[in-house]
Amino acid sequence: MAASLSHASYSATFISSASKVTVSQPSRFSPSFKASTFSPLTVKPLNSTFTPHARRAVTTIMRATSTPSSIPSDTSTKTFHGLCYVVGDNIDTDQIIPAEYLTLVPSNPAEYEKLGSYALIGLPSSYAMRFIEPNESKTKYSIVIGGANFGCGSSREHAPVALGAAGAKAVVAESYARIFFRNSVATGEVYPLESEVRICEECRTGDVENRDDSISVKVKCRVCIRGALYSCFMNLYQVCSS
Amino acid sequence: MASSLVSPSPISSFIGNKKSLGSSAFPSTSQIAIQRCKKQVSKKIVSVMAPQQSERKPATTGSVKTGMTMTEKILARASEKPQLTPGDNVWVNVDILMTHDVCGPGSIGIFKKEFGENAKVWDREKVVIIPDHYIFTSDERANRNVDILRDFCTEQNIKYFYDIKDLGNFKANPDYKGVCHVALAQEGHCRPGEVLLGTDSHTCTAGAFGQFATGIGNTDAGFVLGTGKLLLKVPPTLRFVMDGEMPPYLLAKDLILQIIGEISVAGATYKSMEFVGTTVESLNMEERMTLCNMVVEAGGKNGVVPADSTTFKYLEDKTSLPYEPVYSDAQASFLSEYRFDISKLEPLVAKPHSPDNRALARECKDVKIDRVYIGSCTGGKTEDFLAAAKLFLASGKKVKVPTFLVPATQKVWLDLYTLPVPGSGGKTMSQIFEEAGCDTPASPSCGACLGGPKDTYARMNEPKVCVSTTNRNFPGRMGHKEGQIYLASPYTAAASALTGYVTDPREFLHNKRRSPNSVCRLDRSARLTAPTVVRLASKDRGVFLAVTWRLTLLRRAFEN
Repeated sequence: MAASLSHASYSATFISSASKVTVSQPSRFSPSFKASTFSPLTVKPLNSTFTPHARRAVTTIMRATSTPSSIPSDTSTKTFHGLCYVVGDNIDTDQIIPAEYLTLVPSNPAEYEKLGSYALIGLPSSYAMRFIEPNESKTKYSIVIGGANFGCGSSREHAPVALGAAGAKAVVAESYARIFFRNSVATGEVYPLESEVRICEECRTGDVENRDDSISVKVKCRVCIRGALYSCFMNLYQVCSS
Repeated sequence: MASSLVSPSPISSFIGNKKSLGSSAFPSTSQIAIQRCKKQVSKKIVSVMAPQQSERKPATTGSVKTGMTMTEKILARASEKPQLTPGDNVWVNVDILMTHDVCGPGSIGIFKKEFGENAKVWDREKVVIIPDHYIFTSDERANRNVDILRDFCTEQNIKYFYDIKDLGNFKANPDYKGVCHVALAQEGHCRPGEVLLGTDSHTCTAGAFGQFATGIGNTDAGFVLGTGKLLLKVPPTLRFVMDGEMPPYLLAKDLILQIIGEISVAGATYKSMEFVGTTVESLNMEERMTLCNMVVEAGGKNGVVPADSTTFKYLEDKTSLPYEPVYSDAQASFLSEYRFDISKLEPLVAKPHSPDNRALARECKDVKIDRVYIGSCTGGKTEDFLAAAKLFLASGKKVKVPTFLVPATQKVWLDLYTLPVPGSGGKTMSQIFEEAGCDTPASPSCGACLGGPKDTYARMNEPKVCVSTTNRNFPGRMGHKEGQIYLASPYTAAASALTGYVTDPREFLHNKRRSPNSVCRLDRSARLTAPTVVRLASKDRGVFLAVTWRLTLLRRAFEN
């Protein structure tokens, strides 16, 4: 589903006036890509009401700033509520999924699940709260909040796959390494969202987040943390073009 | 050579944002480095670099044809477009797609799922499949992954599959090569002007041949397998001009560590890194490969070195396919330009746990180490081992810590045992390594560079301190999470092995003047005094005596 979004963005996003990009090529690319648990992405006006669910709730509302007419709009909205796991800067792929687990092949369903059980196991022991509890294979954190250069290092697609297989839905980081970003979008395993400020310094692991998944070409979302407003945006134009 | 700068795009680096419009105020590199990464840049090292140039020129209209950089030209040709600008998204024809045993099975899985179980690859001669990561291990899944590659290659009739079946004896496998990036070069798959994609971040190594080479994931590779094309965004180029004669104690590894330390691990994200200048021109192909190899450690998309006579000579006996090199136009726009005076650089290390944690090797001389690792696509090529051997030869001593040698490919392994080392009196590298007390060179593969299965040779299974010629030192990179890895050149690694501490190679290399190979010059006007007593290794003593005797004879002749 999510990858069909990236497919849509191949055809829709890059028909810009500046360059004539022929998009007949991806027609052989079957739209029935890996089915993920993501809901359809929607567009939603900013001034919808929201109520903080808990004292330390983080709410995310997304809206489109510019919507080319070629992108279909879907008016149903979805709220998404989950715990966040906070990491620092330069979290490289060896920390996300250490090399010894790369013998697992992501396109094999059983090994896909196993990959998920090792997500972020490479984080140093200074991270007292682990992403996945020992003896568990899924994570209770649906959002990973990172700092700068998230996903640097290897080109291994096992990294976003492990995060997605573990149960993470999105990463909100200050910036990304290009191959990880590209792989995240290509697989649709996690949404790589970019924040304008260092949310990793504002949140603590375990903070609860509300969020609406509405993504179009250039989407502004606001993250409300304890009353303060932060902006984060997802530049879909960056998708697949790194 | 004129170099102007494009007006910064929103996705461009922080350098663009920090530029001032006035010509007088050039922000210094140290300020920019501090703004983005928290690490302080040592002023001693910054002084060898000219401040980064930042100029703004008005953006030109689309109809005006501007000059293009090498990377832009390569992508323009590959996408059949006359003109490209950074930021353009284009469908690029791929000349070579490489994959290995870690990412190959996943890519194949996606290819079959999307294009059909019976689909055929777009060109069976343009897919190069090189098992190299987890080979010499008893891990069943790792071995199975090589089998998956074999089955696919048989079914698709892939022309270039460097297979291995006998894991107990790598020499019994005539097709097996070893580390993919070195194998690609040695087998003539890297050609100037082409587009090479690989399911490995260090695919950028091939940029040393003046081509566009970058790493991609399984899904993108699966797509390329079916179509032979990929959607790529044209990156802006950072230019690194390195001039000056390369000092005898520096290697390309020191140069790239210098650069990464300067611009940080995200300094080149989404950008191309172009290496030019007299120093780069003086580097041989393997040194250029080391330079481009670590472009990804700075976040770079690809690295390029313009092709020249060195490149053509290297390719002479390796490929018969025609190629057409491209070069940056004089009026091309670069995002930034960095200039180096190489003669002022000193041997460097990258301290744990980041490739941009740069420090002078001599400032780390109190760091006690437990082991040294010489290997990988970055530091396990023939030239790398030659450098280490030269240093061991110059010192004549034995190593104080376990020193692991992992040649990148079968060819490198063979060179270790056959190539004579200059100035050694005909010894091979393997002999020198043996005399120095190093471990026997291991079976060629990626080895412990990335840890791997637990039984991988030289894997760090306990928290140790290691000086390594590899490319990354993030926590847990070589196995153990608390392992400390100091990235260094082969010279620095060898020097450190000899002392048991992180050591500047000049501790041993300055003795080069006293090596038997050096010429004794007689100054007639100088008084011929008694020869100075020098502590020499036994093998040098014979030559020393011969030289002394000759000096005595000459003196007598002179006096007569």
